[in-house]
Amino acid sequence: MKIAVCIKQVPQTTEVKINPETNTLVREGVESQVNPFDMYALEEAVRVKERLLEKGEEATVTVITMGPPQADAALREAISLGADEAVLLCDRAFAGADTWATSFALAKGLTKIEPDLVFCGMQAIDGDTGQVGPGTAVHLDYAQAAYVAKIETIEKKKIVVKRLIENGYEVVSLRLPAVLTVVKEINEPRTPSLRGKMNAKKAEITVWKAADIDAPADKVGLLGSPTQVIKIFSPPHREGGERWTGESPELADKLAGLLKEMEII
Amino acid sequence: MSIRVINEKCTGCTLCTRACPQGAIEVNDKLATIDLDKCTFCGSCVSTCRFRAITIEIEKQAKEDLSQYSGVWVFGEQWKGELSPVVLELITAGRQLADARKSELAVVVLGDKLDNVAQLLSEYPIDKVLVYESPELECYDAEKYTRVLTDLCRELKPEIVLAGATTVGRSFLARVAVQLYTGLTADCTGLAIGEDGLLHQTRPAFGGNIMAEIVCPYTRPQMATVRHKVIPTSPKSSNGSKPEIVKIEPKSKLFGSRSEILEFIKLVEDTVNIVDADIIVSGGRGIQAPENFAMLEELAKALGGAVGSSRAAVDAGWIPYSHQVGQTGKTVCPKIYIACGISGAVQHLAGMSSSDTIIAINKDPNAPIFQVADFGFVGDCLEIVPMLTKKIAAMRGTGN
Repeated sequence: MKIAVCIKQVPQTTEVKINPETNTLVREGVESQVNPFDMYALEEAVRVKERLLEKGEEATVTVITMGPPQADAALREAISLGADEAVLLCDRAFAGADTWATSFALAKGLTKIEPDLVFCGMQAIDGDTGQVGPGTAVHLDYAQAAYVAKIETIEKKKIVVKRLIENGYEVVSLRLPAVLTVVKEINEPRTPSLRGKMNAKKAEITVWKAADIDAPADKVGLLGSPTQVIKIFSPPHREGGERWTGESPELADKLAGLLKEMEII
Repeated sequence: MSIRVINEKCTGCTLCTRACPQGAIEVNDKLATIDLDKCTFCGSCVSTCRFRAITIEIEKQAKEDLSQYSGVWVFGEQWKGELSPVVLELITAGRQLADARKSELAVVVLGDKLDNVAQLLSEYPIDKVLVYESPELECYDAEKYTRVLTDLCRELKPEIVLAGATTVGRSFLARVAVQLYTGLTADCTGLAIGEDGLLHQTRPAFGGNIMAEIVCPYTRPQMATVRHKVIPTSPKSSNGSKPEIVKIEPKSKLFGSRSEILEFIKLVEDTVNIVDADIIVSGGRGIQAPENFAMLEELAKALGGAVGSSRAAVDAGWIPYSHQVGQTGKTVCPKIYIACGISGAVQHLAGMSSSDTIIAINKDPNAPIFQVADFGFVGDCLEIVPMLTKKIAAMRGTGN
């Protein structure tokens, strides 16, 4: 079975601030990391691979990302955690992509890989959209399930998953190939082994440009993106308000009075 | 597609240098130059420049006549005949947008046995309810629903389509937008029609630290998912006018699917879904032990709210993941958020800082949560919470 994982390199922190005087992004000292949700996606992919290998079946995990040359680091980290191959979609033409154009490019890359199963994180912590996974599934014309919290069973042509919905869970059976987006609940990611780290160091990262994946220029990057960001600004600043200290009964009284004032009780 | 500095306008002020997230701009001899190998066309410099000296030119235009699109659609998400509460909020937003565009507001409902839902909706200020009914659509199926809504959009050409940013809405609309090759903005907190006639969509990014305003100029419909609880629920119609209920003939060719729902596992808990709750009582590391969550549950019950938690409490196994608020959990926006023994790491704040009122109880006076709390109580939540619950019961005269 060929398994693929889509990952994204994101800033180490979301504590990105706008300087109110200059209205510019303060970006000093922000390092990158693999999007936390993608770590769960990767871990689950590696676990599926290990289960299949144990049963004597073949399985590989290919990790793919779209990004600048620096995204190489994210792919190597994925290899240190058990991915076998890594693909970087890197081209000037991909720059400025919104979720439509991103999912298009990823799907084009994945088409070359021909995976049976694709894992994505439920969303990235910088964009917070959750749209790229489902969008990629549509571009690929694969079956798809979002917010997957557990893989129940997996067979050659079929997978059964439990996914998180508003008021509980839903158990869904999907015909493969399929795209799954996963939530944090699905597993606890491992830390890299020494051998993993060695593999990551010497791994060859495959780099594909737009032409390599047959992606026309008018469907990728800013040009291929239906949406445009026209302004960025800081949200209204929240400031700490009144504060009380004292003995617990006193504070409980105060709080009850406050809730009464707010007409909650 | 190109980006360039208009030399005559550039003053070399270096605002753009600092704005560029890629470090792609340098200023030499009072003139900015952009390194095209680093630039991602994010537009930060364009919006920062006070002299309009940087332009991004996109050789792009609409591929069809956009004036053939009109009307605002709200996706009437429902679960077994029960309307998702966010739909009534979308009606408020949709009504304003439709009025601003002098067009119609329709709610589109997909499902089975929808008479009650259509009946309920007919009391609200909408012009049409589009009912697409089939046993095949009883539950949300990514493929069937995508095909049906895509087909409806192609046929009836709405100008704007809105859905709640729920687990269904976010993934469903992403699929439809890809099919239609149009733009979708996730998790909007503000929607307005601009002077250009476009839908201006405001959304938080980077965990709420930055707001972005987004438009979709060249394709239709303009689509957005909207965060629950940021827009007030629509009042019912005051003038007694009822919307037209339009039943759409289902097309069976749209109903194939490669997935099948085998089972629903409803979470049987007294405490409501945190995303829908008006009041959330949330616990963190300061709760100290799993059994102590019981006191938060009692307080939540007394207030008619839900129990949330920080990541620390979930990772410690004290409470299930479905309660987690924050960057890797849920984003909530209740009227009142009571943080008990939560220090307030940025990742947690990302999920709750847009609550109307934040109340924090924490032993540590230096806990960052106090910097966002409207009301701070420096004390032991393990003592204060049960006292408060008792107090509430006493005030209500239930006596225990």
